[in-house]
Amino acid sequence: MRRISPLERLRLFGRAGIDVVATLGRSVLFLVGALFGRSGAGKPLQLLIKQLFAVGVMSLAIIVVSGIFIGMVLALQGYNILVSYGSEQAVGQMVALTLLRELGPVVTALLFAGRAGSALTAEIGNMKSTEQLSSLEMIGVDPLKYIVAPRLWAGFISMPLLSMIFCVVGIWGGAMVAVDWLGVYEGSFWANMQNSVSFYDDVLNGVIKSIVFAFVVTWIAVFQGYDCEPTSEGISRATTRTVVYASLAVLGLDFILTALMFGDF
Amino acid sequence: MQNRTLEIGVGLFLMAGVLALLLLALRVSGLSVGSAGDTYRVYAYFDNIAGLTVRSKVTMAGVTIGKVTAIDLDRDSYMGRVTLELDGNVNNLPEDSTASILTAGLLGEKYVGISVGGDEEVLKDGGTIHDTQSSLVLEDLIGKFLLNSVNKDEAN
Repeated sequence: MRRISPLERLRLFGRAGIDVVATLGRSVLFLVGALFGRSGAGKPLQLLIKQLFAVGVMSLAIIVVSGIFIGMVLALQGYNILVSYGSEQAVGQMVALTLLRELGPVVTALLFAGRAGSALTAEIGNMKSTEQLSSLEMIGVDPLKYIVAPRLWAGFISMPLLSMIFCVVGIWGGAMVAVDWLGVYEGSFWANMQNSVSFYDDVLNGVIKSIVFAFVVTWIAVFQGYDCEPTSEGISRATTRTVVYASLAVLGLDFILTALMFGDF
Repeated sequence: MQNRTLEIGVGLFLMAGVLALLLLALRVSGLSVGSAGDTYRVYAYFDNIAGLTVRSKVTMAGVTIGKVTAIDLDRDSYMGRVTLELDGNVNNLPEDSTASILTAGLLGEKYVGISVGGDEEVLKDGGTIHDTQSSLVLEDLIGKFLLNSVNKDEAN
């Protein structure tokens, strides 16, 4: 193996740093261009509805099914622990708070990155490799406006909605297990939940979290597709990167947001 | 037309999202818009409400008949004033009924129990329950018990 001189190593390190910064800068320019650029061809509302269908409605099934199961598991686990302290009525409060504050936004964002984010990346990457994006530019249509903007907006709109649906379905699944199966008294199940869940602190903070996650996940997904190497291998790498980066960003941001919202400073 | 089903699907999705927010607000966090059903409020003054919280339940004979809507300190008498919102159907409570703060189980939640009195007059909206029994504070009880045993020792 050829020896690499220390100076050469330093140069490679510097180039990696420059690449990271350049990518960040490109992605911000890309986002600003897509969201605030001049309006493009076609009816924007029609394009948005089509993307909402692809991104939001098609993700409903996975969100609903995983929501039910996560709620049911939470209720079952919580019951088994709480029953040894004789406070199994608190299971409703535990399920609701866990879902609203943490699991709802986070799991929805992770599933969304896997289900819709990877599809967005692959679709746009394929458009790029088959030169559809440059053809659009040739005929005078801005691909940022025509292709990218509707997808970004669709992601921003649908993920908070999906997250709320996830919470509702999860709580319903938890109620099903706790009340109907394990025999927790229904009245105290709901009363305990309503006593401890506050609309502004818990529900709205969860929604704010999911709006932030929606922004980050969709941005990463669309940018990775737009910025990928226009080859089959490049598309596959970009899709993997979308899921990995989006998941890491969501988990990291979740800690920061939780510290800001529920921490003591 | 394909576009039509697409739009209907998106419309349903948006509706489901809004409905989910409503459910979370009303059902899960108990945000109440307007009062549900006919209720009336009475006040009860306690020496110590220790641990009673807003939205605790009010029971009579074990049946929930209302909830606590506010707890504040009465500046003049230095007592805790608890506002009870009672079900409109239960409008025949005698005026000398007793309100006591009870605990569900040894470590459970606090609630208000009302035991019926014998007066002809009934409690009306804005009325006050005079006969109250404060929350059982374990520390006080232990303190009294210790004091008692010390006194006994001295007497001997």
